[in-house]
Amino acid sequence: MATTALSPRAGAYPRSRVYEWLTTTDHKKIGIMYITSAYIFFLIGGLMALAIRTELAAPGTQFLNPDIFNQAFTMHGTTMVFFFVMPMLAGFANYIVPLQIGAADMAFPRINALSFWIIPVSALLLFSSFGLGGAAAGGWTSYTPLSEAKYAGIGQDFWLAGLLLNGVSSILGAINILATIFKLRAPGLTMLRLPIFVWTVLVTSVLLIFAVPVLASGLVMLFIDRNYGGAFFDPAAGGDTVLWQHVFWFFGHPEVYILILPAFGIISEVLPVFSRKPLFGYKAFVLATVSIGVLGFGVWAHHMFTTGAVFLPFFSITTFLISVPTGVKMFNWIATMWRGKLRFTTAMLFAVGFLASFLIGGLDGAFSASTPIDFALQDTYWIVSHLHYVLFGGSAFGIMAATYYWFPKMTGRFLDERLGKVQFVIMFVGAHLTFFPMHLLGISGMPRRIQDYAPNVGWQDLNLLATIGSYLIGFGTLVLLWNMFVALRGPRTAGDDPWDANTLEWATTSPPPSYNFDRLPEIRSERPLFDLKHGGAGHAPALPSGEGSQR
Amino acid sequence: MTATTDVLPTDHPVELAHGHGDGGINTALLGMLLFIASEIMFFAGLFAAYFSVRAKYGSHWPALPEGVEFAINPLVIIATLILVSSSGVIQWGLWRIRKGDRRGLNRAFALTMLMGLTFLAFQATDYVLLADEGISLNGSIFGSLFFTMTGFHGAHVLGGVIGIGIILSRGMTGQFSARNHVAVEAVSAYWHFVDVVWIFLFLTLYILR
Ligand SMILES: [Cu+2]
Repeated sequence: MATTALSPRAGAYPRSRVYEWLTTTDHKKIGIMYITSAYIFFLIGGLMALAIRTELAAPGTQFLNPDIFNQAFTMHGTTMVFFFVMPMLAGFANYIVPLQIGAADMAFPRINALSFWIIPVSALLLFSSFGLGGAAAGGWTSYTPLSEAKYAGIGQDFWLAGLLLNGVSSILGAINILATIFKLRAPGLTMLRLPIFVWTVLVTSVLLIFAVPVLASGLVMLFIDRNYGGAFFDPAAGGDTVLWQHVFWFFGHPEVYILILPAFGIISEVLPVFSRKPLFGYKAFVLATVSIGVLGFGVWAHHMFTTGAVFLPFFSITTFLISVPTGVKMFNWIATMWRGKLRFTTAMLFAVGFLASFLIGGLDGAFSASTPIDFALQDTYWIVSHLHYVLFGGSAFGIMAATYYWFPKMTGRFLDERLGKVQFVIMFVGAHLTFFPMHLLGISGMPRRIQDYAPNVGWQDLNLLATIGSYLIGFGTLVLLWNMFVALRGPRTAGDDPWDANTLEWATTSPPPSYNFDRLPEIRSERPLFDLKHGGAGHAPALPSGEGSQR
Repeated sequence: MTATTDVLPTDHPVELAHGHGDGGINTALLGMLLFIASEIMFFAGLFAAYFSVRAKYGSHWPALPEGVEFAINPLVIIATLILVSSSGVIQWGLWRIRKGDRRGLNRAFALTMLMGLTFLAFQATDYVLLADEGISLNGSIFGSLFFTMTGFHGAHVLGGVIGIGIILSRGMTGQFSARNHVAVEAVSAYWHFVDVVWIFLFLTLYILR
């Protein structure tokens, strides 16, 4: 039907595929470009992590001198946070949100393209510093005065400029997503029928709009300090060094929810589909997501307990409080699986792996919320362990689940399930082998961000274990790349709805046509496709058969 | 895009390209309001820096180099009055185009642009005078805060003036009407935001100090 209705002029503009991708404003192509570039940054950040772990495998200096080591962990953190997890989740949001709400594209397609193309430019700015006198070396938090002109070279300026640009991309992307969700929902899709992934992306976008500009103000002030003789963070000139920490963490704590909430959303799509049950407690889940968004702005100083400049009881209590909605979600997920008809696909395995790993990371966080414990653990490997449990065991596992779950929709092809399970086992074992020993290292006092340690303090074996684990993670990543490479050369066998799923993105072809839908099922719940297939909807229109697509 | 609408089933009331919305706010205007929200947070970061530093100094504020006094220049008061009233002018222009009066829109926007440029000229003069008195971006925390906050605001005024210029040039070719003037709404909202930020800056930096 589509082919007959197409204008006769269609196809009159022969354009190369490269040109088409470079100039596209299609949210699906932009989403795929986000995801692809984020995976490239995952490899870059991962190689830096392996370099760090190689140096730390044994006492003494074997691989990286202290100078390069500092650059490596700074750029590893910066890359993973700002160029892997954020663009990756933005990519999935870009691809999936318009489909899940039954829209033809984002609200502002050209701004969408701009948001994406800023990412490689900002990355170029950031990474060029390696060849121009050394990258930033003050940690991804770039605390003053370490990051001031007196102690940090030009790499710090590249870092500031790169993150400022990256932030512009995030803000524009968030505005676009919110306008899309608020204005382009299909008829019948009320706010309380939105798929959970859309809800989590919505709250994430609000957090981005309110948190990233505050970081931007800090970046600007530090840039002025470094280059134009400003006095913001320089106590000698009358400024306040702790001010940087306030500004950074006012952004930084909401940022951790920016990095994890969409992963929560992904898990909440995957678990119900592979448990053959609706998500347990949809409304409680939405409420928990929103309250995380609100509380997320009231806990930032738990990163600053030891400065002596913050009111400990307040920030300790709010931090304990914010673990409650996350705990609610844990029960949502477990109750969803309870007595479900479980199918352990790779996506499901990563989702379950997420639950196990994130639980540990979350409990770590509750320990650090207690000020006396935090005083002992501040700046030790305990913190490194905690943040990697939530960011790797959480965000990255969520991203893996999303990759296996939505790859058939994006390409029409399955990733190989057997390779996927191999990858899962390697990565799961690797992650726990890498990050669990760091708990013990932290408790026994190993500081974070050190390049070397004495052979007689007993940290050797645990460090070696962590290094072995990190190589396993690297190997698991290679398995994933191989899987993608093979799958993309294979035939399109996925079909429209390979997982027997619930949401609208599965109600169109795989991959969807550029305009997304020929027609939409009637929407009467948060699972319109399930209703259509199993609800006996009577007059609901049929699914597109697949020949409606343009290609 | 034409293909999109062509293939829509006519028996189904779905407007895929535009969504059903809820009849409420226009999408582009919503985008602008969200952008303004993020801009507010940017300035909030700067204001937070100001007040946290100021709290540290107590009665020793404003912190300036030895022997330098900070006094308000009458020029700034005039500039403030101009900027505040320009908000009224741009709003008047918006009301005119809502009624379909293109000429009223163009006049109001031309006047607003002029007022914005005058504000910038006065601000530049104030900067020169302050520099003569020994207050600058470097050398004192008050100077750093003052020039960063007002400087970024000035940049936003300039951005607003450019936006108004675009609306004006489009308006002169008759591109807006009573039904179609979203860009006018968006630029007006932005200009009000720039104005309100200045009111807070004026109260904080010049009056409260
Ligand atoms: Cu935090």
